[in-house]
Parts: sequence; C-alpha cells; structure tokens
Amino acid sequence: MTAPEATRAIEAVWRIESARLVAGLTRMVRDVGLAEDLAQDALVAALERWPESGVPDNPGAWLMATAKHRAIDLMRRNARLERKQEEIGRELEVEQMDAPDLAAAIDNPVGDDLLGLVVMTCHPVLSTEARVALTLRLLGGLTTQEIARAFLVPEPTVAQRIVRAKRTLREARVPFEIPGAGELAERLSSVLEVVYLVFNEGYSATAGDDWVRPALCEDAMRLGRVLAGLAPGEPEVHGLVALMEIQASRTGARVGPGGEPILLLDQDRARWDHLLIRRGLAALDRAEALSGALGPYTLQAAIAACHARARTAEETDWTRIVALYDGLAAVTRSPVVELNRAVAVGMAFGPAAGLEIADELTDEPALEGYHLLPSVRGDLLEKLGRLDEARAEFERAVSLTRNSRERKLLLERAAACARG
Amino acid sequence: MRFMVIVKASEESEAGAMPSEQELAEMGRYNEELVKAGVMLAGEGLHPSSKGVRVRFSGKERTVIDGPFAETKELIAGFWLIQAKSRDEAIEWVKRAPFDGGTEIEIRQVFEEDDFGDEFTPELREQEARIRAQAEANQ
Repeated sequence: MTAPEATRAIEAVWRIESARLVAGLTRMVRDVGLAEDLAQDALVAALERWPESGVPDNPGAWLMATAKHRAIDLMRRNARLERKQEEIGRELEVEQMDAPDLAAAIDNPVGDDLLGLVVMTCHPVLSTEARVALTLRLLGGLTTQEIARAFLVPEPTVAQRIVRAKRTLREARVPFEIPGAGELAERLSSVLEVVYLVFNEGYSATAGDDWVRPALCEDAMRLGRVLAGLAPGEPEVHGLVALMEIQASRTGARVGPGGEPILLLDQDRARWDHLLIRRGLAALDRAEALSGALGPYTLQAAIAACHARARTAEETDWTRIVALYDGLAAVTRSPVVELNRAVAVGMAFGPAAGLEIADELTDEPALEGYHLLPSVRGDLLEKLGRLDEARAEFERAVSLTRNSRERKLLLERAAACARG
Repeated sequence: MRFMVIVKASEESEAGAMPSEQELAEMGRYNEELVKAGVMLAGEGLHPSSKGVRVRFSGKERTVIDGPFAETKELIAGFWLIQAKSRDEAIEWVKRAPFDGGTEIEIRQVFEEDDFGDEFTPELREQEARIRAQAEANQ
C-alpha cells in the first residue's frame, strides 16, 4: 500500500470508528476532551504504523486498544487521575471476561456509549453553537475545517468553540451517563434539536450564495439514523428522521438550473428522490406506531408526507395539512408554525382566511425581522389581487433575507406585482 | 455521496442455492451495522438469472431473451445502496462484509444532483435565529 493510499484508508476508518472510540474512552476517563486527545493519539499511531504494517483486520479494536494503553500510561504518570486508573483497571478486567459473561455484564455497551456521548455533546449547559460544533466533531467525525466551511465561520472560531465546550463540560462536571428509558425522551430533545438545526442549515442556508448545502443535510441525516438505532423506542427520533428524509427528497427539485429556489408547489415531482420518500414514509410509520401523542417532529413529518404522497400539487390534501398544523400549533405554540398554518389555511380555505391568521402575527415580536412573514403576506395579498400591498411586502422581505438566491426570487415577485 | 455496492453472481447463487443459517446470521449482523451507522439506504438480493429476462433493442425491434445467462461473473446477485462521505469510506465498509471464496464486490458511485455547496465566499455572520430550526416554511 502506498503512503497516500494508506492515509486515505486510515481517514476512512477514522470516519467510521471515531465516534465509538471517543464514546468508549469518555466512559472510561469521564472527560470528553481527554477522550478525544487519546483517540487522536491512537489515530497518529495508526498513521505511523499502518502504512507499513497494513490496515489491521479489526481496525476499530486496534485503535481502541492503542488508545486504552495510552490512557493507562497517562494515568500512571498523572497522580491527579489516580482514581480513574482504577476505573480503567476494571474496564480491562471486564474485557478479559469470557464472551457470555461480558454480554451479561454489559448490555450493548457500544450503542449505549454513543448515546451517553451524544447527550453529553448536546447538554443544555452548552450554547447551541457549541452543541452543534461538538456534536458534528465527535459524533459526525467532521474536522474543524469542515465544520467551519459548512457554517461559514473562520476555522479558529470553530476550534475555539470546541475547546470552550469541552472546558465547560469539565467545569460544570457534566457526568457521562447513559439516560434510562424514563428520561430518554427529555434528554434526547436537545439532541434532536441540534441534528435538525444542522439539517436546516444545509437545507435552507441562512447566509451565503447557495440555498442548499447537501453535504450538511447528509451529515444530519446520518446522525439522525444513528440516533434511531440507539433509541428505537422513541417516536420523535423516527419522526425527525422521517422529516429529514422527506424534506431531503426534494433537494434536486427545489433549485433551478441557475441556482434559484423553486417553491414546493412549482417543483417537478418526478425529480423528487423516491428512495428517500419511501424511507421517510417508513420512518413516519414507525413513529406513529409507537404509542403516545404525536410530537412536533412527527407532526411536521406527517405534513411533509402529505406533500410527498400527492402526485401533483393539485392533489395535495390541504385540509389534512391544516389539521396537522392545528395539532402542531397546539404542541409548539410557535409563531413560525402559526405562519405556516396561515399558508396551509390559505390553500385549503382561500387566501382571505390565510391572511387573517398572518395579519395577527404582524405584532409578534419573535417574528420581527423574519423575512418569511412579509413573504407569506405578500403571497396571500397577491392572490387576493391587492398588488400594491403585495409588492410592499415582497420588498420588505427582500430587505430582511440574508440569502442572495432568495433575495433574487423575492425581487422578481415584487417586480411582477408592480407590472400588475 | 451515494454508492451502489454490487454483489456479483457465483455458481451457487446462479444455481439458486440459499445461504446457510450462519451466512444469513453474519449478513444480518453486517446489515444491522450498516443501518446503525446510518449508512445503508437500501439493499436487495436478486433471484438467479434463470428467472430473469433480457430485452434487446434494435431499431424498432424488441427481442425478449429468457435467462439463464451464461457469463456468471458478469451477472449481479444483489446490491446495496449506501451513503458515505467518500469513496474510501465506501471501500472500508465493503471490506467488512462477510464474503469469502473469491467473491468480488464492485463499488460504483451514483450520479446525484449535488455539487452546489462548493463555491461560497467565507464570511462572518451573526448568530442565526433559533427560529430557523423550527421553520418548515412554505418550501
């Protein structure tokens, strides 16, 4: 194997193994920063050794064994961590047990470790940006450079966020703990929020010249699918996966040849990704089959599914969408949901009914500066033939959006109203 | 990136031999690993080519040719569709599949409508509104 080939193979192994490695090490040393350092040391060792020796048969186990040895060396040298050495000692004893004993001692340790890691990286003690950066880095296996590029921030900023996040977790003494079944939903809600935030940043970029960044969507979907494997009994995890799969199914259809956005009802449905739709609908079935009232992600997925099931825009079941938005509005009490409900009501019962709801939102402080409010009002006013008012709303939306593609679309709509 | 991982036919698969219980269990574990890693999008096994047909096109003429087909090694016995970050990652996943006995697996990248995300100017931006995360919006 040539050196560049080996390096690429090692990077691929790292992408696959790093999250499990860091998770297992965090369980041992109880410090996510130290765990990542140990994992990185093991990676460096692999980069030194594998080009000559070849990639071992079980590269994940090799990396873990190497990292554990480093951990023990470190602890021997470091009296401050004396007590933790005992924990690692116990860890190694466990490993020497026979397979059936081991299975009895630890039920699915790998999966549980990952779950412990993800609730830690999404811990409420961290700011949202810190959670996003740390989760993408440790669970998604992204480099600092990749995260910086995805979020259009300088690399040192991301590096600093990660360093600070690890310090915050240490100082706040956030424990590595695997949530029990009873508290899982609550602990996961912060995790799901982070995953969906990443997805949305990829799906409708808030800034920059591109409307969609598919790589970021894929990272989020992969995290979501991993979570669904870790917590298969939690309906909202499947709900979020369903929502992301169905939304992502439209990626190819929602951008025109010049990079301009194409709105849902104008999209060529033949270009939707039917594999993702099928996966999304299956995930939605799983979410709905689990007991309990439908949560916000499942409700949103159910709305997205209404669109996915309609073969043409005219076939869309808007009455059902309104009912689902009613449910969603009751759960979230979010003005953004209310705005979406206005759109659905406009489609189901006419633009005047939709505008009535949208008009009530104009004094809503949370929506101040939110470009979709004037954009929706513009659309409804245009349909009612109130073109001057519609144009003013579209122009207002132009002044509020930070996405250049979206700005162009809104300018065109304003111009169309001006022409009459 | 999406990849199609193509499992070539063998004399056994073409003869319609079913995998042993152990082989099925190993494959089940491998598939579970792919699913839990969020990598597997789809995967299917195919009946032998004796149950397949080919349709040949020549001008306006369509000729239907019944299987089985001779060139066993060029035939397909099954496939996975996987989502990976790179071709190397796809290779690394395929290396872990429980095959033996000279089986050859082919990895082919699937065309996708991506390539949007490459050209943007790095710029600082203020903290994004949390509101964005909730917005399903009218898109």
